[in-house]
Amino acid sequence: MLEKLKTLISENLEINTDNVTESSSFKEDLGIDSLDLFELVMAMEEEFDIEIPSDDLENMSTVGDVIEYIESHK
Amino acid sequence: MTGSICGTGSYIPHYTMDNYAIADLVETSDEWIQERTGVIRRHIVKEETTVSMAAEAGRRALENAGVSAEELDLILVATISSNVILPCTACEVQRSLGAVNATCFDLGGAACTGFVLAYNTAEAYLASGVYKTVLIIGSESLSSITNWKDRGTCILFGDGAGAAVLKAEEGRRYLPVTHSEGGKGSALTCRSRNDSNEITKKDYAGDIKEEEYFIQMDGQAVFKFAVKKVPEVIQEVLELNMLEKEDIDLYILHQANKRIVEAVAKRIGEPIEKFPMNLQEYGNTSSASIPILLDELNQKGTLKPGQKLLLAGFGAGLTWAASILTIPA
Repeated sequence: MLEKLKTLISENLEINTDNVTESSSFKEDLGIDSLDLFELVMAMEEEFDIEIPSDDLENMSTVGDVIEYIESHK
Repeated sequence: MTGSICGTGSYIPHYTMDNYAIADLVETSDEWIQERTGVIRRHIVKEETTVSMAAEAGRRALENAGVSAEELDLILVATISSNVILPCTACEVQRSLGAVNATCFDLGGAACTGFVLAYNTAEAYLASGVYKTVLIIGSESLSSITNWKDRGTCILFGDGAGAAVLKAEEGRRYLPVTHSEGGKGSALTCRSRNDSNEITKKDYAGDIKEEEYFIQMDGQAVFKFAVKKVPEVIQEVLELNMLEKEDIDLYILHQANKRIVEAVAKRIGEPIEKFPMNLQEYGNTSSASIPILLDELNQKGTLKPGQKLLLAGFGAGLTWAASILTIPA
């Protein structure tokens, strides 16, 4: 799952994801802002056929948070 | 028959407000606003009104087209922020221009899709022979329905007006694609202040929060909607008219946010250079954004005969639409 997410991140946001781990923070470690995150969310929604509402997204600050969310909702 | 754009005009208020001025009102910064929206400053009405800007943009479009006001048989104004309810904005424009032969009505509430829907409406009348010469206008004083205490929205909007004159001409007619999804309307709302009466709803307004009378937006929902639906509707309108994306010279998108325009360009796989932008100077002016941009491109000499333009609007409703037009010789 981490690898898949890293692929989505690099494809959609053109970011080098070599050092990305589950504890990587979107804001601090990846340097992506809220709109980048929306784009990533859209890619994830399409990839995993889920919907992530705004309220839920607010609670996700790390790559691990997102993986956990997808695993429990797909 | 088809409708052909033969002139453009715009009016921009003189008073400007940069991001530093916004940062004096709410907690934000120039850097934050520029990074997330691309907006550097916006123009705000002072002496102007939605009607006066619409009339001036219309006058300039007539002059640019070399068409007299008497020749107009339809004036159509798209607006969500007029200073008048009655008479309609279009009738006020008619009075100002002396367009005595025109039928005039407004296309209200179509918001950021307003100009594309006005274009489609005018085009349908022209193609069917009902009218011959039409003035379409988008004019907005969004500053009057902006919540200047909400940093999520007040950074985005600006005021202004743009107009185009369309004439019935021989030539290929491109069919538009339009969509509405009322079920998702709560993503972008603004309640009318005219929702009570002295007889049965006297205290009705007591339950309503002041911020509901201003534009309220679920930023994530609207961003995702735009980035998903605009590429789709572009693809649909190309397929419907048997064109390829390479056939389009310029994509004229509603100027909501630089990041939306960039994401759309990326998703359809077209170079960002084909997506002119002016939102850095004006912010999001809703129905006025596309005709202001068209007028700027026209005045700069960017538009060349034979070029194909794809217009795409998207916004409250939710509504979204795309049209293709050719720049006439």
